[in-house]
Amino acid sequence: MLNELGVKSIEELLTVIPEGLRFKRPLNLPKPHQSEFELKTHVEKLLSKNRTCKEYLNFLGGGCWQHYVPAVVDEIIHRAEFVTAYAGNTYSDLGKWQTFFEFQSMMGELLDMEAVSLPTFDWASAAGFAVRMASRISGRNELLIPRTISPERLSVIENFCQSKSVAGHITIKSADYDHRTGLLSIEDLKDKISQRTAAVYFENPSYLGFIESQGEAIAQVAHKNGAECIVGVDPISLGILEPPANYGADIVCGEIQPLGIHMNYGGGTGGFIATRDEAKYISEYPTQLVSITDTVRGEGFGFGYCTHDRTLYAVREKGKDFTGTTVGLWTIAAAVYLALMGPNGIKEMGEEIIQRSHYAAKLLSEIDGVKIHFTPHFFKEFIVDFGETSRTVREVNKSLLKHGILGGKDITAEFSELGESALYCVTEIHTKEDLERLASSLGETIR
Amino acid sequence: MNRRPELRRYHAHIWDEPIVMQMGQKGERGIILAEVEDAIKRTVGEAPSYVPRNMQRKEQPGLPEISQPHVLRHYLRLSQETLGMALNIDIGMGTCTMKYSPQVSEELVRLPGFAELHPYQDEETVQGILEIIYHFARFMSEISGMHEFTFQPGGGAHGIYTNVCMIRKYHETNGELDRNEMISTLFSHPADAACPATAGFKIITLYPDPETGLPNIEALKAAVSRHTAGFMVTNPEDTGIFNPSINEFVDIIHEVGGLCGYDQANSNALFGIARAKEAGFDMCHFNIHKAFSSPHGCMGPACGAVGVAEALSEYLPVPIVTYDGSRYHLDYHRPNSIGKVRAFLGNIETVVRAYAWIMSMGSEGLRQVSETAIINTNYLIRKISDVPGVSMAYPKQKIRLDQVRFSLEKLKEDTGVGTDDVARRIVDFGVQEYFTSHHPWVVPEPFLPEPCDTYSKEDIDYWVNIIRRISEEAYKNPEITRTAPHNLRKHKREN
Repeated sequence: MLNELGVKSIEELLTVIPEGLRFKRPLNLPKPHQSEFELKTHVEKLLSKNRTCKEYLNFLGGGCWQHYVPAVVDEIIHRAEFVTAYAGNTYSDLGKWQTFFEFQSMMGELLDMEAVSLPTFDWASAAGFAVRMASRISGRNELLIPRTISPERLSVIENFCQSKSVAGHITIKSADYDHRTGLLSIEDLKDKISQRTAAVYFENPSYLGFIESQGEAIAQVAHKNGAECIVGVDPISLGILEPPANYGADIVCGEIQPLGIHMNYGGGTGGFIATRDEAKYISEYPTQLVSITDTVRGEGFGFGYCTHDRTLYAVREKGKDFTGTTVGLWTIAAAVYLALMGPNGIKEMGEEIIQRSHYAAKLLSEIDGVKIHFTPHFFKEFIVDFGETSRTVREVNKSLLKHGILGGKDITAEFSELGESALYCVTEIHTKEDLERLASSLGETIR
Repeated sequence: MNRRPELRRYHAHIWDEPIVMQMGQKGERGIILAEVEDAIKRTVGEAPSYVPRNMQRKEQPGLPEISQPHVLRHYLRLSQETLGMALNIDIGMGTCTMKYSPQVSEELVRLPGFAELHPYQDEETVQGILEIIYHFARFMSEISGMHEFTFQPGGGAHGIYTNVCMIRKYHETNGELDRNEMISTLFSHPADAACPATAGFKIITLYPDPETGLPNIEALKAAVSRHTAGFMVTNPEDTGIFNPSINEFVDIIHEVGGLCGYDQANSNALFGIARAKEAGFDMCHFNIHKAFSSPHGCMGPACGAVGVAEALSEYLPVPIVTYDGSRYHLDYHRPNSIGKVRAFLGNIETVVRAYAWIMSMGSEGLRQVSETAIINTNYLIRKISDVPGVSMAYPKQKIRLDQVRFSLEKLKEDTGVGTDDVARRIVDFGVQEYFTSHHPWVVPEPFLPEPCDTYSKEDIDYWVNIIRRISEEAYKNPEITRTAPHNLRKHKREN
């Protein structure tokens, strides 16, 4: 090839990079494992230092949840065709486009919303984009969020709302909550909402697990003041919980990881955005929307991006925020998962999670000094307060580790008003035996 | 017997799959859940009693009801109707670095030792994955010269957004609240303009010189002021042309107090050859799903690995993985951090794969990757040079690095066949369509191949032969290309 190019060595091609910019020594990297066997052994050895949620009994949630992943989902997302495709159009990658369209369609059914975009990075980013959409739609720049939101998610949203030094940035105001039930204080919301409010954002189920039952009242307050109502939702709950669109949500966002995606140390996330099919919403999406269309020969169908002209690909900085490579493979996983579950599977899933998580809460509440907050209306996650025991959450979790149990997420720093509390997550994977083991280990730990 | 046909006969899978919503029938289902134990049911009673009445779902979702074999069959067929990189000579997707993703990495990320980890697990239980992240950050520091890295951003654009958020924070910390202008170049990725705009910056775009294709340094001098916050640029730009004066651009920005962010989406030709540090950059990002071999996954999961110089590392998102000589830790206590840009630590599966890739390549291997990519690009230029109707943009610049932008302006003038037509037509020969280029098309009727290190001389010859065949066809019978594709089920869509 060098002969064809008429050069003697690579150095002649590198002359386009001036000497002063050239890196002068070899990179200092470890000696490589050139054989696949050695490489695999090396990485396997490192990964074997981890203790997994298969070996340990896991009660961590808080935005990444351990659910069962059906074998068919993994089979499909391991297909090299899907793993290695990228940005091909409807001609070469028809199957990818159809799967994306089907994801949107099934999510639309689950959410009772007409338009669903391809997901962005995670729930937090989806919420951030949704808030920016609402700000553009309303021409306003204040956001009201209940104090019960995950502080980490709030931090992501803050980064989407621009810095306080930017003229026109979105100001975030926190609305208080009822410390007995977790529910948003409607009074405080009414006090803080104004003609500057672009949107009210809340979640169902909330980060702290309780079901926000005042959805309709919150949406009414938002709408009465000309603000958009944005609701974040865990879609695995929607077989049994009412979709937010039916209590007044204008924009719905949330996390697809529970829909058939492994936790991957937090790398299994993807955040969807959904709205009604109205121009004022569609024209403000930063993320891609896939549409179905006819072909020129009138047979079959093709797919394309809807209103592509609003994205950075068409108009650079004049586009709506930004998009790019996000989570295509997880989009496919979620589509396959929903097709497998169907309406009955998703309903049973919701019921099962409620029964198992409430059983766990009941067992734990019977331990001396242990208190469960925000009962009886919670889904999947609940707060266990160790304040009346002699142990801190940190101590409890260290002891549970010795029992092969990953205790709930320590939220003492995030919500100091809830005392020595941890957020426990129970899903369909936790058997009666698992929950009883947790209770007995906790009992021993606290005694 | 001719064992190697000049061009392969190819036909895409045709399955005529219905949309999933039209499949199945009432009562079918794809998966059965474990039954809740009777003791649990007896103790807690019916699930709906724990949901306030007004919050109970009233109508079941209209999801399809489909048996498991039919779901599997449907999505297997849809996978077959997708032309993944692993199946073809995917040279056409410039800026995307469609390189081979070693299959062994797929096995590694599917192990429970990674896939079944929760991001909030106690540090003691995740020492293995923290060790991988920590060492991968050190590798990235060596490759770029930057001091510290985060892998939190979920893609290249997200990495750029993270960088501009840190630029903002840096100026705020210095009390310079009126630095609200960001400069980029037209041949940098559009996200280098869109992401700072999202963060609230005013964008100034430097246009390419019509002769050299490079941004004009005089235009930069005219653009900078006390309002300049920073400069976000790709180099080589999305033309494959390396800006030899990049350090002078950086100096001009530094002189007025701005910071420089290097979009290293096009890093595949630079391993061990040139680094962000030597050019004076303050920060950079790499696309781990491109040059670092993590697969593209139908548009992700991805990773925009962000690296910064020492003076800026306090602004990185939390947490950062640290090492105390015996244990690895997650450091959340970074008071000047911009906070979080995404949940948890990012798409760490991409980090595991890229760690494995670097551990298999080593220093010499990485250098060889880039040398091969450069030779491949210039070989492709050479081979395609006599194809009628095709010309290289900015021909006075002879050498390209990772990719090369061509124009089909002459083909269009002579035959009416334009670049969108050819992009559809090449799929008829069993290769993925090519990427024309980002907008606006300052190079008319563009296309942008990137024959990265994965591809052999034979692969490149094959790909060029397709372009040659289509050119001949366009001059003889342009209708064939205009009505393409022909060997795929789905004919040209209506717009």
